[in-house]
Amino acid sequence: MTIKILNAIIAVVGGVLGAIVLYWLLNKLAELLPGRWEDRVKPYLFLLPAVAAISLYLIYPAIQTLIYSFANKNSTAFVGFDNYTSLLKSQNFQNTLFNTLLWIIIVPAAVIVVGLLIATLADRLGPRGEKLSKTLIFLPMAIGAVSAGAIWKFVYAVRPPGQNQIGLFNGIFTGLGGDPVNWLQLSTLRFNSLLLMVMLLWMQAGFAMVLLSAAIKGVPTETLEAARLDGAAEGTIFFRIVVPQIRTTLITVFITVLIGVLKTFDIVYVMTNGRSKTNVIAVDFFNQLFTNRNNGNAAAIVVMLLIIMIPVLVFQVRQFRAEEAAR
Amino acid sequence: MAAITYDRATVQYPGAERPSVNALDLEIADGEFLVLVGPSGCGKSTSLRALAGLEAVADGTIRIGDKDVTHLPPKERDIAMVFQNYALYPHMTVADNMGFALKISGMKKEETRKRVEDAAKILDLTEYLDRKPKALSGGQRQRVAMGRAIVRSPQAFLMDEPLSNLDAKLRVQTRTEIAALQRRLGTTTVYVTHDQVEAMTMGDRVCVLKDGYLMQVDTPRNLYDKPDNVFVAGFIGSPAMNLIDVDLDGDGAVLGGRSFPLPRATMAALAEDGSKTATLGFRPEGVRLVGEGEGFPFEVVVVEELGSDAYAYGTMHTSRGTEGDKLLTLRVDARKPPMKGEIIHIQINPDEAHAFSASTGRRVSGDAAPAPGGGATRVSQA
Repeated sequence: MTIKILNAIIAVVGGVLGAIVLYWLLNKLAELLPGRWEDRVKPYLFLLPAVAAISLYLIYPAIQTLIYSFANKNSTAFVGFDNYTSLLKSQNFQNTLFNTLLWIIIVPAAVIVVGLLIATLADRLGPRGEKLSKTLIFLPMAIGAVSAGAIWKFVYAVRPPGQNQIGLFNGIFTGLGGDPVNWLQLSTLRFNSLLLMVMLLWMQAGFAMVLLSAAIKGVPTETLEAARLDGAAEGTIFFRIVVPQIRTTLITVFITVLIGVLKTFDIVYVMTNGRSKTNVIAVDFFNQLFTNRNNGNAAAIVVMLLIIMIPVLVFQVRQFRAEEAAR
Repeated sequence: MAAITYDRATVQYPGAERPSVNALDLEIADGEFLVLVGPSGCGKSTSLRALAGLEAVADGTIRIGDKDVTHLPPKERDIAMVFQNYALYPHMTVADNMGFALKISGMKKEETRKRVEDAAKILDLTEYLDRKPKALSGGQRQRVAMGRAIVRSPQAFLMDEPLSNLDAKLRVQTRTEIAALQRRLGTTTVYVTHDQVEAMTMGDRVCVLKDGYLMQVDTPRNLYDKPDNVFVAGFIGSPAMNLIDVDLDGDGAVLGGRSFPLPRATMAALAEDGSKTATLGFRPEGVRLVGEGEGFPFEVVVVEELGSDAYAYGTMHTSRGTEGDKLLTLRVDARKPPMKGEIIHIQINPDEAHAFSASTGRRVSGDAAPAPGGGATRVSQA
């Protein structure tokens, strides 16, 4: 334990000192250059470490992945688009893509709706009630996805008929006279995928609520009063006056959750590992790489995920810039 | 358009010790421009918000026309309000801001557009109709807020310090424009301000409030000439009326070692409660300079020259000694003001002197001692 702490201290101190020494050396290096060249070169020298790190940890792996996606499972020979075509033809991967699409369509929207609802309702409580309810709803944020999986396994758990049901759902369901159901195998209408989405909703709603609640409180009361005097009903005020004024926060929350959804791995991995038609793209990638040891397929999946994400990221960056410009 | 009546209306915020508006009795005639004025916390904004339906009325009633609106939601009162910070909808264009109420009420698009354009023409906003509020200046935003009110042709306009976010010059200009617009439209208007110059220049009648109580409601002229009580006397007028606590002798107030005679009726009224002191009030312009040996000596401390006017600030000794004496204000000839440190002699015009009872603060001098219990003149020195 002591050694660990010491290691941590050495890492922190050494890291900071190392960075200082590095930049000091770069500065000295720049000073060696004659006259105007010093000022011209210095900014690039200072950027060098960051650019090097990004290249090494981000750009190089991305390019390597792209290359692997055109190679066979051991990355020993190029196979052209074979990985992509075989994946897109396979029933399983089509299923995965469809599930991912469902997650994308349902979860961010649901998080926004639930977060907005809670924020609006909590806003009408007294100060103490508001604090308490918000804390409770925010708590799941602090729980890791794997721990959340442990919790929700008990919600969806199933025991053979005749035994005591320890799962919440089956407890209620059998209590009402039904037979125990294995909820997570219920792939009709992707019901099991929806149950997994509920978990992410449970974890993310608090985050959405906190941001949206702050935004709602930032809406000037006078505009609401003005709308009331203008004859607007409460619903009209909410949709025509409040929502447009918190639009930027809504988009921020939406995109943050969307990116979280695209990366969703742990919930599915822990709960079903993609069985019973619940697979999503990140879990599929993991299994291709570490279970099937198929580098080619795994790389192709990641490249497709990247292609899906690029428009979202471009939109997010644009939105961010527009917000900055509006400020 | 309609008359507005407050009938013993009381507003008390939850947890507050005393009501913010205390049994307000006020009748506003159809088409009248009434100004509510008073210092911060006097309840003027609260009275207005209660009329708008934004504050709950705890007791009493409020009527617009013949309709009792005391417990109606704002949208059923058919009134338009201009807020201090304008409360424009930031995500809508000027045209949409002005047309919002009409759109909600289900009015046809062309009709809405026409009304908005008409209002924009009146307010000189035509070229800004497609802009967002963010792209407008303060004065333009203020006009949009006005426009939002007038397109609706409501029963009444309520304005809550609509000029306080404008710079001084624009405020004076807009003040006149609003007053002119109101005369032209003839819509009953209740206007809240803390600025007594706005109150005096804009209102048909002015209602002075203090600590939730109505102090006096009257025309600007009467408020100035015949203030009901010490508070109104000191609040209305700029510079303020000089108010001096004086001792009484047999036939007047003791001032600077001499007696300032007061009318017999006034003395009788002051003596009624057995008090030997009173408050004497006179406006800065209610004095004339006299030669040495006449009038009362006045020591000039500061002179302010404003071009058209000059004001001399200084002290006058009462029988109480110099210690508690506050600076008094005199309006003097702007062309030949007295020097700092000079001692001049003044005579207070008897017609323009007011005496206020030391115990109740009410004016007792001369003619206009108001009949006790008269409807709109309840006074309290709580």
